[in-house]
Amino acid sequence: MLLQEAVMNSTFQLVPLVVLLPLLGILLNWLFGKRLGEKGIGAIASLATGGSFVVSVLLALALLQNHEGAQIPLFTWISIGTLDLSWAFRVDTLSVTMMLVVSGVGSLIHIYSIGYMHEDVRHQGEPERFRRFFIFLNLFIAAMMILVSADNFLMLFVGWEGVGLCSYLLIGFWFEKGEGGLGNAKAAKKAFIVNRIGDFGLLIAIFLIFWNFGTLNFNEVFAMVPAVAGSQPEILMVITLFMLLGVTGKSAQIPLYVWLPDAMAGPTPVSALIHAATMVTAGVYLMVRSQVMYMAAPATQEVVAWVGALTALFAGLIALGQFDIKKVLAYSTISQLGFMVAAVGLGAEVAAMFHLITHAFFKALLFLSAGSVILGMEHGLEAGQKGHSGHTEGKHHDDPQDMRNMGAIRKKMPVTFVVYLIGALALAGIAPFAGFFSKDEILVAANQGNTAIFVILVAAAFLTAFYMGRQVLMVFFGDARTNAAKHAKESSLLVTIPLMILALLSVFGGALNLPGLHTLEHWLEETLIITHPAEFIVPIAVGSLVVALVAILLAYLFYGRKPLADSKAADPLAKRLGILFRWMNQKFMVDEFYQAVVIGPYHKLADFFANPIDQGLIDGVVNGLGTLTTSFAGVLRKLQTGFARTYALSIFAGLILILVYVLTRI
Amino acid sequence: MPLEYFLGLSAIMFTIGVLGVILRRNALVIFMSLELMFNAANLVFVTYATYYQILTGQIFVFFVMAVAAAEVAVGLALMVAIFRTKHSIDIDQMSSLKG
Repeated sequence: MLLQEAVMNSTFQLVPLVVLLPLLGILLNWLFGKRLGEKGIGAIASLATGGSFVVSVLLALALLQNHEGAQIPLFTWISIGTLDLSWAFRVDTLSVTMMLVVSGVGSLIHIYSIGYMHEDVRHQGEPERFRRFFIFLNLFIAAMMILVSADNFLMLFVGWEGVGLCSYLLIGFWFEKGEGGLGNAKAAKKAFIVNRIGDFGLLIAIFLIFWNFGTLNFNEVFAMVPAVAGSQPEILMVITLFMLLGVTGKSAQIPLYVWLPDAMAGPTPVSALIHAATMVTAGVYLMVRSQVMYMAAPATQEVVAWVGALTALFAGLIALGQFDIKKVLAYSTISQLGFMVAAVGLGAEVAAMFHLITHAFFKALLFLSAGSVILGMEHGLEAGQKGHSGHTEGKHHDDPQDMRNMGAIRKKMPVTFVVYLIGALALAGIAPFAGFFSKDEILVAANQGNTAIFVILVAAAFLTAFYMGRQVLMVFFGDARTNAAKHAKESSLLVTIPLMILALLSVFGGALNLPGLHTLEHWLEETLIITHPAEFIVPIAVGSLVVALVAILLAYLFYGRKPLADSKAADPLAKRLGILFRWMNQKFMVDEFYQAVVIGPYHKLADFFANPIDQGLIDGVVNGLGTLTTSFAGVLRKLQTGFARTYALSIFAGLILILVYVLTRI
Repeated sequence: MPLEYFLGLSAIMFTIGVLGVILRRNALVIFMSLELMFNAANLVFVTYATYYQILTGQIFVFFVMAVAAAEVAVGLALMVAIFRTKHSIDIDQMSSLKG
């Protein structure tokens, strides 16, 4: 027994490795990557992340024995007065769940990236950037691991900023490409700045926590929550609302979701790893981690639920009007994140975590298969364009990501088609795929909590199934609408094997928290307080299934029966919905609205500060002082006539003055 | 002779020296005017030395004469150097350092 305990505790001591292994991968690739070649770089990066996964599995096994978990301090970080922060790792069921998802999905995406980036760096004409990509990817894993394994808010914030940085670096990976040679760089900048607004909220929340609780350590803060809630409940509301601002930034919720669709400028594995499976769920993780604080602030809970539900519906509507294969998935990600946030708001943290996990599986799968489709289209573009010289960007008729240019890909890329279909069904919430169970749990919680939110979420689920049906039908069915689609080619095994593994996970991911077994709930209840035990309510389950099936049927009626004739044909929905479809296609003009309401006035204000204030007032004062000195000196220098006799006269005059003074004083 | 005569003469000499320095432009004349002022001062020194029967004033005069001689030596050397470049000893021409 003692021996077993010793083994277990030594397993917990391994936890710093989840961060250190990716860092080691960076170091190796940085120092030796140039000599190793693409295979070596990819292998080191994948092994580093895979090593993190192995450590996470070991931690999970140790947790099975000892549910308590542990806090493993590495070193004292900051010690000032009463503030005593350690760089400490937290091993409990919640953090280890996140570690497993991040490193597990991360490893698969690393392997996929070896194949994908091999093609991509050649397509973009910069093969030497291969190494940089994997260094960034490992850096992201390290930062994300810091985020999920942190034992205090400040360390979490380090990871939070770290993943934001990696997101910025990877969105702008092809920083000199994109619209007008600036498109990607602009997208990266937008993501960074919008996230900064959210981070500002989180930072304020952390300051307020320190101010009111005197500590940032999770355990100590959460233990003090009831006392603080009793004496000053409004403080908790303010803290949680500021934290929510951070969440809306990182997890792309209304009003700060606008950066995520633009983030699709990054390479597809990045979209899968960072902007679908892991980083964007950090906000959900933060709220689940701070569950105790949210429970003590019911008003915030209400806000959270509404933000999530409205985001789910709104992003679903926009997804319906998009033609870019990745943009559809991006808005779908926002919508699904809305589901998770709503679940947290409804107090169903386990459902949120469950959906987070299954979503990581099937959304990573969808993005990666979309990447595979894009690779195939790029192949087809090159094969079908042998006579032409180069391809002009900007026109959608050449765009390998535009769904109107696809069609009939199923025949050319059968493996990609099958896994894509699985991912789409899982996302649409068709039983028995993973998404069905997790979405159902959220709907059950909504049904118990708030009818309005329940209705909104069902509508969002309907939209989800509809736009996924639309996408699958447009991409894979019908006739090939361009040469590129005609000549598309199935991707290599390095790309498709991770897809198959993710497809398996998307099929069986629902087993994590099967009705009746509730494995995940029992696993998480060691760390979380379960207020809404998961229930399986048959009418809701059947109802949501029917809703999804009807949506798919509708999608078939619109897009399957009579597929788009060619790449210039109008979307069939456009005729039916008219102006509404145009609005959805234009993303409800939210970007333009922000431009007019926030960015435009901000620019005006900045111009005002730059021109009249800085250039005019401040420079005026500085330059004015200079000019004043010069002109005063100009007057004085007239005294220096250069005539020795004048000087002699002034000496005598001075002498006489002194004499007069001395004599009159007596 | 009364003391006032000596002092008056000294004052007249000094005034002439001052006016000479201020009004004349010839460097040599200015030097001579300077000497006049030195000697006006010397005259006061010796006058009072005799009046009070103290030797100090007389000794001081020797110092003044020695220093004046040295000053004239330097001054004349400067004058020669200036004349070589400017071909003139008009003091108003030497104004190239004016502001």
